[in-house]
Amino acid sequence: MTAPAGPGPAAPGLVEPAAQAAPRRSPLGGWQRVVAVALGLLVLLSLVRVLSGADELTSSGTSGAALRLAVPIGLAALGGLWAERAGVVNIGLEGMLILGTWFGAYVGFEVGPWAGVLAGVAAGAVGGLLHAIATVTFGVDHVVSGVAINLLGGGVAQYLSQVAYADGQVPGAGPTQSAVVEPIADVSLPVLSSGPDLLGRLEDAGLFLLSDAAGLLGGLTRGVSLLTILAVLLVPLSFFVLWGTAFGLRLRSVGENPVAADSLGVPVYRLKYAAVVASGAFAGLGGAALVVGSIYREGQTAGRGFIGLAAVIFGNWRPGGLAAGAGLFGYADALQLRAGNAVRGLLLLVALLLVVVAVVQLLRRRLPMVVAALVVAAAFALWYAAVDTVPSQLVGFTPHIVTLVVLAVASQRLRPPAADGQPYRRGQQS
Amino acid sequence: MSTTTDAPTAPPEPAPRAQGGALRGVLLAVAAPVVAGVFALLVSSLALLASGNAPLEVYATMLEDGTELRSILITVNNAVPLYLAGVAVAIGFRMSLFNIGVEGQYSLAALLAASAGAAVELPLVLHLAFVLLVAVAVGAAWAGVAAVLKVTRGVSEVISTILLNVVAAGIAAYLLAEHLQERVEGSNNSRTPLLPDSAHFPTLDPLVRALGLEPPQGTRLGGFLVVAIAVGIGYWVLISRSRFGFEVKAAGTNPFAAMASGVDTRRTTVLTLLLSGGVAGLVGLAQVLGTSFSYGLSFTAGLGFTGIGVALLGRNSPVGIAFAALLFSFLERSSSTLQFIDVPTEIYVIMQGSIVLSVVVAYEAVRRVAATSAERAVRRATDRSPA
Repeated sequence: MTAPAGPGPAAPGLVEPAAQAAPRRSPLGGWQRVVAVALGLLVLLSLVRVLSGADELTSSGTSGAALRLAVPIGLAALGGLWAERAGVVNIGLEGMLILGTWFGAYVGFEVGPWAGVLAGVAAGAVGGLLHAIATVTFGVDHVVSGVAINLLGGGVAQYLSQVAYADGQVPGAGPTQSAVVEPIADVSLPVLSSGPDLLGRLEDAGLFLLSDAAGLLGGLTRGVSLLTILAVLLVPLSFFVLWGTAFGLRLRSVGENPVAADSLGVPVYRLKYAAVVASGAFAGLGGAALVVGSIYREGQTAGRGFIGLAAVIFGNWRPGGLAAGAGLFGYADALQLRAGNAVRGLLLLVALLLVVVAVVQLLRRRLPMVVAALVVAAAFALWYAAVDTVPSQLVGFTPHIVTLVVLAVASQRLRPPAADGQPYRRGQQS
Repeated sequence: MSTTTDAPTAPPEPAPRAQGGALRGVLLAVAAPVVAGVFALLVSSLALLASGNAPLEVYATMLEDGTELRSILITVNNAVPLYLAGVAVAIGFRMSLFNIGVEGQYSLAALLAASAGAAVELPLVLHLAFVLLVAVAVGAAWAGVAAVLKVTRGVSEVISTILLNVVAAGIAAYLLAEHLQERVEGSNNSRTPLLPDSAHFPTLDPLVRALGLEPPQGTRLGGFLVVAIAVGIGYWVLISRSRFGFEVKAAGTNPFAAMASGVDTRRTTVLTLLLSGGVAGLVGLAQVLGTSFSYGLSFTAGLGFTGIGVALLGRNSPVGIAFAALLFSFLERSSSTLQFIDVPTEIYVIMQGSIVLSVVVAYEAVRRVAATSAERAVRRATDRSPA
């Protein structure tokens, strides 16, 4: 564990003294904390479900959809993580995601879904290579290059669709969409989620908390595509590679202080290239995940690459954190898609969460924060009481608002890689 | 983050070199756009060849159609919003601020300005001024959210404007669907009520006629061009003739040095983003006041993102952005004729993308060459006169 020399190795309890909270979070060290937060959220969700009667909040259908919708965002976020850990900001993720969707769908239909996945990965990696050439070799500003790649990626996909599909030779395809790609096999957890389906039975039993937990878990373990499992596994794998291997240590050192890394013999350029190409490959995989079992459509990515970047920042440049961020975006999307009226329950959830925040702040004796949290909580509670439904257009951006709030509240405590976004030129210390 | 403004990175004045210095400087300055143009043509040609088309024939068709009067008028009309979007982005770039939120700023501004304009009755000039004012205010306010988050909470404007784009799109969709739309008989396009005649921007057709040309049927030269030119002049005055422009340049180039010499960087950050958002608010108005007279579901989207490319291509200079906007607009217009020779019109998006990418690479490469040669010249000069 890489915890800096600080007081005691483990968190003394749930509520930490404010002064120590920031620097001591190591990716795994706070696992008790993570479990506690997850349990707390589960209790709150169950409570809200009972109070508002919106069963979709914790149903297996919602959690399954949330997982599926979180995958492309999470993969884009992993791409962002790899690049930024090596000090390269990758705004071009959106373009690489688009490349992944187009090539994933094209090859996926012509050859097969797994070949499509590989093609998506390769196409995304090519986009990443382009970004690496521009930013690492030529020293172009990272955001500028990324924006250009987004333009290019979208253009290539539109053009190729015209070339490949406009003549109507491919069944079901058209100038702005591809043919249907076969799905990848699903698996379910034996006994618990299939066959006897214990979780499903528990979910139907309607017990407070237990059925809610069963619903959420059931959705996450029933009928899950192998591709989704692969994507989920990439999160701990990224953590292991980046934080558990010499390669990862060097890669991260390049993102923190390339001059020092170079003086120790670390091949800075090569590692940046590797990281950015990997970043594109992750985004390409995310694109492929969107089209496998479905089709390519123009505008389908709908800014998921950008949202992935937001998830990286939300997660403080950590794999676990970005997975939580992606989960949040996926959950909000799923609720909106599946049950618009369940969203009303979310208002109550926000109000309750803010009450919890107020209590925590009270313990830390920050009165202005307590008052602010309570006022906003009251506003949400009033909103909940006043309306029957929340307009779906407004629900769509809930996670974005949440991310903005998190950034506004926590941006002082977030710690990006020190040399993130800075051009590096060997032998020129700037 | 490094700067993208041309201020600190422009090829420096030819260093004091004995011979050929000036020529070299000119060559270097011209080299970048030429190299980038050639490269972009190469990429587009490859894309065309890959799809089985003859590049030369395609380019000839585009040139032929694009230089007809009708196409020229359409090109200029479509360049106006691109120019405004480019200037909005460039204002931020001047201070190393990435306003990626032009997209959200202009769509929200166009919606609210169109609704507000339809809700009031005013005489001609006042009515136009009112709509313009609302649009500028809305655009500035939306950018102001990102500005406040940045200076008070340290949230990067890159990420906040990206998120705010989605929020703006959601709010606009909600407002349009629930509060501001007017049902149109026999059409499923929901839109805001039409603006009265007093809010129709006069066209510049008399100007075209004064030049001895007759605008083809159904094509006109939109009057909003005047606003774009005014914004361009205002931008030029701001960046090169005003104290604020100097402070922005200083703060963008070296915030610490600027702060040390008394520039309030927080204030300049907020003002820069407000200005950027204000100009962004105008982007949609060429359409609202000139052609559609309303904001609806079919309103042009994506100008904010294209505007980033335009600003990059134009190197943040008022004139450069104008050329970039015209080029982008020309490519889009002239490629629309390609469908008649069975070439996907989308080739223009590839052209635009590859031009931007190769231009930024070429400028950076040229800047490096210029910087090294300047360094070498200085070293030679100092070697010659030992202390």
